[in-house]
Amino acid sequence: MRLSRNGRYRLGVASRVVAAIGGGYVLAALATGLLAVVLPMPPAEAVMTATLLSFSLYACAVLWVFAVGSAWRAWTGLAVAAAVLGTILAAALAAVRSGA
Amino acid sequence: MRAGLRQSMAWLHGWSGLLVCWVLLLVFCGGTASYFKDEITLWMKPELHRAAAAPVPPAEAATLAVAFLQRNAPRSPRWFISLPDERSPVTQVLWIRAPGEPGSGIGGSRGRFESRTLDPATGAFLGTVRDTRGGEFLYRLHFDLYYMQPLWARWIIGACAMCMLVAILSGVITHRRIFQDIFTFRPRKGQRSWLDAHNATAVLALPFHLMITYTGLVTLMFMYMPWGVQTAYRGDLQAFNNEAFGRAPLGLPSGQAAPLVPVAPLVAQAMRHWNGAGPSRVAITLAGDANATVTISRGSAGALSVDEPSMRFDGATGKLVATSGDAPAPASQTRGVMVGLHEAHFAGPLLRALFFVSGLSGCVMVATGALLWGVKTRQRQAKALAAGARPSFGLRLVDALNIGAIAGLPIAFAAYFWANRLLPVAMAHRPDAEIRAFFAAWAVAAVLAQLHPARAMWRAQLWTGALMLAGIPVLNALTTDTHLGATLLRGQGPAAVAGFDLTVLALGIALGAAAWVLGRRTAARKAVPAARQPHGARDAKGAT
Repeated sequence: MRLSRNGRYRLGVASRVVAAIGGGYVLAALATGLLAVVLPMPPAEAVMTATLLSFSLYACAVLWVFAVGSAWRAWTGLAVAAAVLGTILAAALAAVRSGA
Repeated sequence: MRAGLRQSMAWLHGWSGLLVCWVLLLVFCGGTASYFKDEITLWMKPELHRAAAAPVPPAEAATLAVAFLQRNAPRSPRWFISLPDERSPVTQVLWIRAPGEPGSGIGGSRGRFESRTLDPATGAFLGTVRDTRGGEFLYRLHFDLYYMQPLWARWIIGACAMCMLVAILSGVITHRRIFQDIFTFRPRKGQRSWLDAHNATAVLALPFHLMITYTGLVTLMFMYMPWGVQTAYRGDLQAFNNEAFGRAPLGLPSGQAAPLVPVAPLVAQAMRHWNGAGPSRVAITLAGDANATVTISRGSAGALSVDEPSMRFDGATGKLVATSGDAPAPASQTRGVMVGLHEAHFAGPLLRALFFVSGLSGCVMVATGALLWGVKTRQRQAKALAAGARPSFGLRLVDALNIGAIAGLPIAFAAYFWANRLLPVAMAHRPDAEIRAFFAAWAVAAVLAQLHPARAMWRAQLWTGALMLAGIPVLNALTTDTHLGATLLRGQGPAAVAGFDLTVLALGIALGAAAWVLGRRTAARKAVPAARQPHGARDAKGAT
């Protein structure tokens, strides 16, 4: 019983590490890509602003993954946020390309 | 994971810090030294200590450098000229070898590049000056590492910097009493003292640590996070650079020969445009071709931003083609200032020294953090250890890595400087030999630490580092005539050389003091029965 609890704990930590490093990066990348397109400034400036902000977004995502109650909730939260950002990004890119 | 935000952040702080602390220590040490990159290079070329005479006007130095390159690298596609300034009294030229041309092996040839140090007043190759990569090696080491592809190294360093950022933020969250911690130090209390030392160095220079970590990521941000360029420019980095930095693409060779225009009038025109501020660099492409360009960049001139304004001229006609960086856009300027803060090129000697001290406090923060993990784990195993058990594998490994990194790195740095003075001046591939001395000394220290990670090893390595560093001014006195006696008492030779000698002496004394305290502590512990060692003292704050 004790061993299995220990094993579950370790699995949870490993899962959070993957979520933080991989999931956090994907989330930061999506947010950067989205901000670069939607920020109301010249394109080069928008890209610059989005990229400058990206590392704080990444860091916040990592902190959040380790702060929530369970690894399961961390994954769900990341997935929902990524899905929302991804959808808006796809729509924004489609709008930009059809407009151009 | 433990319950509660503060506890889970403490856990995150401990592990994200521990996993990368040894690489971070190397990065911090190399980066801290890089604040005085030019001064280190000057110290490592004693043949130049007396050369620093009257300053040469930039236009004249540039003309002489171009003449040198026309004689020695006529087929090269690209020339770079660094003009002399108050920190470096020589002209430095660098060029890309023409395709198929073999490396010369002299004057520093690395990869596709050749470089030479020139006398700014005559334009002659300073062949008698010993070959060394000087401070440049330490600078590159702090983000390119060595013995590996720079691209891989930069990803590794980026990952470590990200861990550091997470460690800083989670460390701040775990703290309840951030202000009091600056003024708290409880010496000779084992774990508590290390915790206090870690807190004090971390909190005191917290703005610096946060700034240096974030701006470090920003220096390579388009490599780490290219997705903004991907979506907004469909990955066309050239178009983005063009818009963001005003970097127009360079032309291809036309095949038509055309002599390069004299550069002196172009330098003069650029200086007029910048209200007299002198240029720091001149880059020339395709010299001798009709599509040649001459790009002149202004020095930082005390500006915070690292994006130096530049002017590009047609190399065949001398006509101004483009001016960039005169009125940068806000976000672009923000990035420039962030990178500028990281590199501190704008800073005068005193402010630069403050950056150096902050960097040292970063080294101490990383080192005490690494030690703290060992101290805590040892305490958890105290009962077993007292009963005669051996330390766990993890504890032994961390102890050994700590010795190899914290006590071993000063030995490596010192070995680099010793090699600079002791190797024959005219030796072939001299820069490589100096760098091998750095890594050989470090490897010996690290391997010995793995074989015998104990207090005696700490003492031995700390003493070695202390003597080697404090011995550098003596070595300098024996091998050059710009020793402290001359530079300090008689005011001869550059102040930078005296500054270097005094700094390594102070660092050596500090290491010696650490070794001495450790020795006294060990002696005291042997006198008192081991049972009196405090253990199980839980820290209520739960940091780390």
